[in-house]
Amino acid sequence: MTIFNFYLFDRHGTCLYYSEWNRKKQLTMSKDEEFKLMYGMIFSIKSFASRLSPIDMKEGFQNFTTSKYKLHFFETPSGLKFVMNTDLSVGSMKDVLHQIFSSLYVEYIIKNPLCELDEPITSELFKNKLDEYIRALPQFSSKVVA
Amino acid sequence: AIECKMAIFSVYIINKAGSLIYHYDSPNTSRPAIEKTFSFPLELVLKVFDEKVVVAFGERDGIKVGHAVLGINGITAEGRSLQDKRDILEVLANEDNYPINIKFGRPHLTINERIMLASMLHSLFAIGSQLSPEPQSSGIHALETDTFKLHCHQTMTGVKFVIITDPKQSHIDALLRKLYEVYSDFALKNPFYSLDMPIRAELFDTNLQAVMEQADKLGISNI
Repeated sequence: MTIFNFYLFDRHGTCLYYSEWNRKKQLTMSKDEEFKLMYGMIFSIKSFASRLSPIDMKEGFQNFTTSKYKLHFFETPSGLKFVMNTDLSVGSMKDVLHQIFSSLYVEYIIKNPLCELDEPITSELFKNKLDEYIRALPQFSSKVVA
Repeated sequence: AIECKMAIFSVYIINKAGSLIYHYDSPNTSRPAIEKTFSFPLELVLKVFDEKVVVAFGERDGIKVGHAVLGINGITAEGRSLQDKRDILEVLANEDNYPINIKFGRPHLTINERIMLASMLHSLFAIGSQLSPEPQSSGIHALETDTFKLHCHQTMTGVKFVIITDPKQSHIDALLRKLYEVYSDFALKNPFYSLDMPIRAELFDTNLQAVMEQADKLGISNI
């Protein structure tokens, strides 16, 4: 099990924070382009899922899998979008993403008067706390499973 | 193990260019509708979206945001007007028409919307593989939401078989392969079928329905 990377978007589509662990493939495009593409994909999937659903949705889109990775998605009512890519053996990451929101983002960004909201996060404290939290997760293991 | 009842909502077949060539809706998935009598003024906020009158704000009695007006006083709605050509928003704005009975429900997918959703899935499939953090990833295999799960199987020739099921439904792979078999036998071997065009073949219809009914009765793992 391993965690590849993490994206945090605000409701306007700005990438507030990006971090990666054990990522093997780097895209040829710039990070900025990649964030836009990722946000566009998430946005389209949300609209796609809500139209296709035969019954009314509560939380909507949660995750998708390909042959190599699993993308987990969590959105707050305020429009913050948490996206995390892991390998296929990882189960639901909803609680983890919610935890990142409630005990890291709210604690170290919202409660920090020096952090401008709606702008990319530069806080070293948040960065370190997030890294520490992710590395301590049972789903995180840097050992590559053959 | 107890065989749980199949919960398949629909099947879509998408060609290699991303256009919809076949769709099938399971007969036992109906989109529920709610009828209620209202007095003036209407406590729901309505708006026109995609040529439909939908609820924008004010959920109550099972009527949800996103539900469309399906009929008024028993007259069916056609887009943003009624069958008798009256505009829905005008009818609802007129106090003389109250009390009024309105039928709400999740809007039905038109064939154009289905074609649009199919090509949307086609590009999402491609972007999903491009944004992969691991090399050599395929496109989206499964997409999960709280109300349904989408399973997608792409053949070597680029045709996509998509099944929409209940989130708890498992063993879909066997059914996907079975659908591919039906497609190869009754669409591809039909001399009147031109490749990449919508499938209009009676044998294909009946065989696909037979597979779905069989899965319904016996459970998916018995196919």
